[in-house]
Amino acid sequence: MTLRDTLALSLASVASTRTRSLLIVLAMALGVGAVVVLTALGEGARRYVVDQFASLGTNLVIVLPGRAETSGGVMGAVLGQTPRDLTLDDARAIGQLPGVRRYAPLNVGTAELASGGRLREVAVLGGNAELLPIRHMALARGRFTADAGQIVLGRVIAQEFFADGDAVGQRVRLGDRRFRVSGVLSEQGESMGFNTDEVVIVPVEDAQALFNTETLFRILIEADSRAAIEPVKRATTRLLTLRHDGEEDVTVITQDAVLATFDRILGALTLAVAGIAAISLAVAGILVMNVMLVAVTQRTAEIGLLKAIGAPSAAVRRLFFAEALWLSLAGGAFGFLIGQLGSWGIRLAYPALPAWPPVWASAAGIATALATGVLASLLPAGRAARLDPVRALSGK
Amino acid sequence: MTAAAAAMIRLEGIVRCFRMGDQEVRALDGIDLAIGAGEYLSVMGPSGSGKSTLLNVLGLLDRPDAGRYILDGADVAALSEPAQAQVRRNRIGFVFQSFHLVPRLTAFENIELPLTLEGIAPAERRARVEAALEAIGLTDRAHHKSNELSGGQRQRVAIARATILQPAVLLADEPTGNLDHRIGAEVVALLEDLHRRGTTLIVVTHDRELGARAKRHIAMRDGKIVGDER
Repeated sequence: MTLRDTLALSLASVASTRTRSLLIVLAMALGVGAVVVLTALGEGARRYVVDQFASLGTNLVIVLPGRAETSGGVMGAVLGQTPRDLTLDDARAIGQLPGVRRYAPLNVGTAELASGGRLREVAVLGGNAELLPIRHMALARGRFTADAGQIVLGRVIAQEFFADGDAVGQRVRLGDRRFRVSGVLSEQGESMGFNTDEVVIVPVEDAQALFNTETLFRILIEADSRAAIEPVKRATTRLLTLRHDGEEDVTVITQDAVLATFDRILGALTLAVAGIAAISLAVAGILVMNVMLVAVTQRTAEIGLLKAIGAPSAAVRRLFFAEALWLSLAGGAFGFLIGQLGSWGIRLAYPALPAWPPVWASAAGIATALATGVLASLLPAGRAARLDPVRALSGK
Repeated sequence: MTAAAAAMIRLEGIVRCFRMGDQEVRALDGIDLAIGAGEYLSVMGPSGSGKSTLLNVLGLLDRPDAGRYILDGADVAALSEPAQAQVRRNRIGFVFQSFHLVPRLTAFENIELPLTLEGIAPAERRARVEAALEAIGLTDRAHHKSNELSGGQRQRVAIARATILQPAVLLADEPTGNLDHRIGAEVVALLEDLHRRGTTLIVVTHDRELGARAKRHIAMRDGKIVGDER
């Protein structure tokens, strides 16, 4: 029997038991669809985080006070449990290093903003003029040269305080100090859970005076290029160790490293959910096996007849094998469609989440469907091929 | 050359045993039989006499436990499974009491099956099946499934399927067993027509009237041939 005839005969057989075939195809399709949709979700989450990180800056190197080892992890450094503080002089020295395009010392805190009888608590960023370009923040109006007494308002803050007119040039009070608005940020939205539309930016010296501190929260460094990130990181560590009396008491992290960690974690998560979804495919495979075993029992007489009219066992095996192939192929294709539709639905419902199923997941889903279907057919096809024609013809 | 040597089919000391619980039943107990090309035989005997087992061995559906089966000079009982399948396809046709049409296939497709198994091209298959349908007078029923055909029509389709590759031997197991007398007579006429055109026809039956129509009568009892009359 030719391959074409085997495929045609098996297809006709699959089509003749329409409801049963449709149910198997549906089970397979749901498995493949689940793999595709869940990986799209995982991949979407990964891309979302990566994009968020990328929005923080380009070729970014971040200096935190405190050593991870000496202060019980990065959280320790965040909480300020540090043996020696970062200072503005440290930041200026870093600015002189080769490979550093720009740097920005950073202080954060909260203070009360008041103007024209209005009052609210705001998050305050203290930085230099480079803070905005490093953090990819743009000004809608005005400018920020980080001269003393300048303040830049987030878009929402500016709207709240100066809804009727231009905020630039207006006077405000932040804490116990007076500032003149020099600019308004354009709409930035949330980035890593931090809404830049509701912050104010002041020169770092003013922030230090406001918060009564000489230290810095962070130093942000933008390297010249991607290739310069590692040398800048090493040079910064060396420089600060020298400046801190030979003690390596700062943590220098790169955006790349953090990004890579998130990438790895979310990549593993995507694989994990894909794996869980693949279990449903395995279940579908068992369903295929069960249904095909039933089919062999129901079609015993037909198999006996095929043998009586001269079909060798191998041809009978190939026929059942091809039936499983058709079912898996249809299940895989239909599942791919479900997966694409599901991912499209997710993107429609959550436009922020770039839930595009990766090509490998679709390919792996379809391939797994084919493999499980074909594997599941081995036992029934073998059983059909081994049937004794005399017994089979009598329907036993 | 003796008659036995010239025979197309030669069975020598064929034994076929089955286990029924603790007991061993000899369904065929040392069968010697020579059948010439173009003969018309009936095999008769009571239930359990071994006539169906003999037909299965002749049709290569069952392997004997002992003895030789020579078909056209070759010992076919010793052949491999695929080789036996090929002999079945090309040399032997089966007609069953219960027709054994594939229910999801049409009359046309049922007759086409052996040609498909043989790997014959679709265009030639179509021509040969159409000719066969015309020969059995069922051209207008070509695309009806078996449940849309009468018993006689089903058996005629089964005969067309059994003979589409022009086998040398046609084995019929109670071919009229499920048909009324008139339709049965039509089917017998069709089988005898094939015999007249040279096909060796072996009919296993309980029906004395049908058995009597053959030119050679084999009687069986307890796995042995107890009568062979011409």
